[in-house]
Amino acid sequence: MIATPDITDIRADNVGDFTFPERNLYDSGFGLNEKTVDYICDVKSDPEWIRDFRKKALATFNSKPMPTHWATKDLENIHFDQFRYYLSGGTKPKKSWDDVPEDVKRTFDRLGIPEQERKFLAGVEAQYDSEAAYSNIKKVVEEQGVIFANSTEALHKYPEIFRPWFGKVIPTGDNKFSALNSAVFSGGSFIYVPKGVKVKHPLQAYFRINSEQFGQFERTLIIADEGAELMYMEGCTAPKFDTATLHSAVVELVAMKGAKIQYVTVQNWSSNVFNLVTKRGVAHEEAEIRWIDCNIGSRLTMKYPGVVMKGRKARGEVISIALANTGQHQDTGAKMIHAADETTSNVISKSISIGEGRSTYRGLVHIPKHLKGCKNNTECDALLINSRSRTDTYPAISVRGNQHATQHEASVSQVSADQIFYLMQRGLSEGEAMSLSVNGFINDLAKEFPMEYSVELKRLIDLEMEGSVG
Amino acid sequence: MSLQVNNLHAGIPDREILKGLTLEVKPGEVHAIMGPNGSGKSTLSKVLCGHEDYAVTSGEVLLDGQDLLAMDIAQRSRAGLFLAFQYPHEIPGVSNANFIRAALKARQPEGEDIDAVAFYKQLYARMDQLEMDRSFTGRSVNEGFSGGEKKRNEILQMMMLEPKYSILDETDSGLDIDALKVVARGVNAMRSDSHGILVITHYQRLLDYIQPDIVHVLMDGRIVMTGGRDLALELEAKGYDWVKEDDRALAA
Repeated sequence: MIATPDITDIRADNVGDFTFPERNLYDSGFGLNEKTVDYICDVKSDPEWIRDFRKKALATFNSKPMPTHWATKDLENIHFDQFRYYLSGGTKPKKSWDDVPEDVKRTFDRLGIPEQERKFLAGVEAQYDSEAAYSNIKKVVEEQGVIFANSTEALHKYPEIFRPWFGKVIPTGDNKFSALNSAVFSGGSFIYVPKGVKVKHPLQAYFRINSEQFGQFERTLIIADEGAELMYMEGCTAPKFDTATLHSAVVELVAMKGAKIQYVTVQNWSSNVFNLVTKRGVAHEEAEIRWIDCNIGSRLTMKYPGVVMKGRKARGEVISIALANTGQHQDTGAKMIHAADETTSNVISKSISIGEGRSTYRGLVHIPKHLKGCKNNTECDALLINSRSRTDTYPAISVRGNQHATQHEASVSQVSADQIFYLMQRGLSEGEAMSLSVNGFINDLAKEFPMEYSVELKRLIDLEMEGSVG
Repeated sequence: MSLQVNNLHAGIPDREILKGLTLEVKPGEVHAIMGPNGSGKSTLSKVLCGHEDYAVTSGEVLLDGQDLLAMDIAQRSRAGLFLAFQYPHEIPGVSNANFIRAALKARQPEGEDIDAVAFYKQLYARMDQLEMDRSFTGRSVNEGFSGGEKKRNEILQMMMLEPKYSILDETDSGLDIDALKVVARGVNAMRSDSHGILVITHYQRLLDYIQPDIVHVLMDGRIVMTGGRDLALELEAKGYDWVKEDDRALAA
């Protein structure tokens, strides 16, 4: 290639790379066993049924092997006894920004969080290590009857709504990490939107890991009652430590008849985080669930947002952008399970591999024989920037019956040298030309993200591209 | 002040294509280069712009006294060199407006931006001149454009970037007569005392509309004949073989 500019430190401008000294009031210590679970239950004053639930989950977790027969062997580098599973400065989230402890406040200030809240959003929940440090839900939304709380608050205050759905969309035993989360979950959002209520502005959460050798296990449950609509956005960051950090969340969505849930994530964990997440939604008759997912950070992400289309004419969609740089593996995809007639699913995945980064697409589409009139469309495109960049695609499409329509398109490409020459001939540097080309590649999908996220997305991609040329 | 090419030897690893090409284009002049296939026409434009597939083995190129060959592709562009491509590339997902704006911004001092209102005003005025529908601003660069639309898009970019020296690489290829007229009008609108234009073409027809001051004949990697406008007409009448036999041709 043309004369290589110096490779700059890609993360030199990482806004999230800072840390405050730990000030934990509660610390479950290293390692995971029944005592850890008891500690968590005691701190949270969990009811008996949860204590039971957690303990059973712990047993399930211990009994399941690591899925290295199909997933990356890097999972073997997770040493469960070297994490702390619960850390917090106190359990009650503050309602007023002034009451939030100084270092937590400065963390979120630096990440731009309260600003966001003022400007645009209906409600914000900010989690710092294991607990929510700040939570606020605008009056308007509250008056509409919307509930927005963290998972602990929810199971105490709203058990009649929480309990029927908790653990139903993603059963404990779904996989090793949903079991882990079920044992030690803390924080995460609980949202209930009443019938017919359409929440105009997005509800939002931020997840921040401050401590070293720590596992964050938030549990989110969102229920949109009949005809309800909402958009939920989450962003995640962590400083870079030399030791590993584990993030294993579970997100369950329930869209009742005619409801619509859009769940937007921009994940920018630092490069030492193992990000193993289980996300799934159940869409009832004529309901719609859309996952809009962007994975830029972490050392290893394994995440396959899914939709079970349980009612007639239900719709599921996954829009995914992944960027894997050297030292990163983004192993993402989608699971579309058709369980009713005339259901439609759509998966659009675009990945970019830079340096020695690896991106993997795993897409499951399941349409059984007895259903009629189901449709699936899948499109997965991979862009390889450097000669050592890597991408894999594992589609698993199972369609039975003769009244369905399935379509699968895949492509792997490089940014052509001719395209770069054209852009450079107009005065753009090689880095600028690459950035523009890569942004062009994901442009269609970036437009699906709310405006300030797509601006942030472009900024993050430009940063990643800086070190990639040559 | 000029674009000066002195005894340029360049080619691909196994083969020399330009074998001592000398040429000088001054601001305000329009030069035409004509030549048969394989003479080195498209190599010339790529070498001047710095395409990495080609290497210069000897010779020099000066742009207003600056050593052009020492600059990378982007630097040459910012120094005022523009190439209207024969086969303009598509750039999926990047709108025409954003592309042109990025090119203009690349020329600004660090941190400074373009005034959006002024930009669009100028963009629309130029698009009107080229009879380009305004919807083209939002479309991905060259994606789904017809041949004529792509060539007009090249001229639009030239008009927006206001280069010092432009190379039009077979701008007429693939154009029907109407598109040709519109493109020529655009080029002619850019003729000025501060702009030197090099028109590379295979056929004489384009030169009816973009009338050159000087015509060169390129054969086997060298300029073998130079003349006025009439040379182009003579070429069309007699063909390239005639050049080899004519004593005005430079000794081989």
